[in-house]
Amino acid sequence: MDIQYSGKDRMLLVVTYILLGLFILVILFPLVYVVLASFLTPNVLITKGLAIAPSDWTVTGYVKILSNNAMIRGFFNAVLYSAAFALATVFFSVFAAYPLSIEGLAGKRPVMIFFLITMFFGGGLIPTYLVVKDLGMLNTVWAVILPGAISVFNIILAKTYFQGLPKELFQAASIDGASELGIFFRIVLPLSKPIIFVLALYAFVGQWNSYFDAMIYLEDSRLFPLQLVLRSILIQNQVQPGMIADALAQAELKKLSEMIKYSSIVISSLPLIVMYPFFQKYFEKGAMVGSIK
Amino acid sequence: MIQQRGTEIKKRSQWLGYMRRNYILYLFLAPAVILTIIFKYVPMYGAIIAFKNFSPRKGIMGSEWVGFEHFQRFLSSPNFYDILMNTLKLSAYGLILGFPVPILLALMLNLIRGAKIKKNIQLIVYAPNFISVVVVTGMLFVFLSPAGVVNALITSFTGKPVSFMSDPAYFRTVYILSGIWQTAGWSSIIYVATLANVDPQLHDAATIDGASLLKRIRHIDLPALKPVMAVLFILAAGGIMSIGYEKAFLMQTALNTPTSEIIATYVYKVGLQAGDYAYSTAIGLFNSVINVILLVFVNTVVKRLNEGEGLY
Repeated sequence: MDIQYSGKDRMLLVVTYILLGLFILVILFPLVYVVLASFLTPNVLITKGLAIAPSDWTVTGYVKILSNNAMIRGFFNAVLYSAAFALATVFFSVFAAYPLSIEGLAGKRPVMIFFLITMFFGGGLIPTYLVVKDLGMLNTVWAVILPGAISVFNIILAKTYFQGLPKELFQAASIDGASELGIFFRIVLPLSKPIIFVLALYAFVGQWNSYFDAMIYLEDSRLFPLQLVLRSILIQNQVQPGMIADALAQAELKKLSEMIKYSSIVISSLPLIVMYPFFQKYFEKGAMVGSIK
Repeated sequence: MIQQRGTEIKKRSQWLGYMRRNYILYLFLAPAVILTIIFKYVPMYGAIIAFKNFSPRKGIMGSEWVGFEHFQRFLSSPNFYDILMNTLKLSAYGLILGFPVPILLALMLNLIRGAKIKKNIQLIVYAPNFISVVVVTGMLFVFLSPAGVVNALITSFTGKPVSFMSDPAYFRTVYILSGIWQTAGWSSIIYVATLANVDPQLHDAATIDGASLLKRIRHIDLPALKPVMAVLFILAAGGIMSIGYEKAFLMQTALNTPTSEIIATYVYKVGLQAGDYAYSTAIGLFNSVINVILLVFVNTVVKRLNEGEGLY
């Protein structure tokens, strides 16, 4: 469509393009800088700017990170926890949501209210911690996975999706003699792949990026997920022993530890950033159902 | 087997029969119900330790009641005022500065004509949302350190670096601006979707009538966004006391506590670090009560401004 813009409109468009351009620059600058700094020492970047010589490039930061046991272990722990968490979330949400999606299920309202209450009231940090402790789950993977796996929000999402499935299918199957179990496993689940995928994706990303539960419930550093290892490197400035040889001069040491920080940022964010363009439409879908509810 | 599907079941005897025949559906509910009881309802019950002198040895039941003692202790403690104000300021400023940005962004994105360019811009502005708070905070520390890139720029102008992460004066600014950097794009999704659903004929008609772009935004786009804005604003304002403490906790340094100590970080310190379970629970409870009051208050105000449309 050809639209004729007046002079004032054109001004507004120009301003919009400039502002959007600036916003994109602000978003991109830190990301690009981190990637560059992970291959160059930040010093070089600051002092030389764009006059970087080929000899300035190095992968030392990555070599150090990839030869660090805590980092590697953290990475695999994070993969494991996130996958288990996604599985648990899907399991609890889908099974609970199905009965609640059936019109006329006896006792549906009270159960729904029972779940909804937890959206507005909670026991708080300490009482929850005490429960986990009393269950003997401290310092186990269960403490990271189970308490967060049940979310009213996800139940509502799945329930809304099930309610949108064509009812005629259920009725036809029911007349053909399918049992409730048969309907669920043969008709509902296969039709629900999109919502299951969205739930799993969100749970996986959420767990991948979280550190707080792991921090309060886990003590053994061998159980730490990636974000906790990162926290010690990036925020508590504890560059892991073995990452930097003792013989290095103080200044060299500082330079190298900065590089290690940048490369660990890249390594930890890479899986999600690489995945994300492929899953963008699912993320968007999830964000939309999530906020409209 | 499920003849009753779709029909309402009224009588008790019918109920029981229905439940017996469809017991499998109730079995489906069981795992989620059990988990919710254990991890949500038991802690709610456990929150009564806020009114007790809790000793882990005696348990929740065995510990003796002390009434509002812990609450009084918190309210009369010398840090109370500072912590409360820090909590309120951090989220109120964050709300005022951060709330309009996604809306502006969505309006600007809506002016972009090429679908492909628009998609690509969205891809970029959503990206920071997928970076963890640990990494974002880590980036803040390396970028804003006295030897970092931002200070390299500042030093070249003023000659001396600014200690962003340790000076209490900068905590809020850094917290809020980095928050906008990370979430503004993602938060705009819902507004972008709402704008995409506006009937194009409205715009066409307005254009023929000679309305400028700005006028169309004011009289067509903004009214379309209003209901979503109202709901999101109430939710954001209702969560004012429960701001993203995970990031505040990470950004906190020994030096910036005068502005970075908020209720949530204090609850963690008192409870899990100092082991004062009951006192910490009382502070947490105090926090939740204010939250609920705020939610109700903001909902009432917005309802009045928004022709009776609120969250509930």
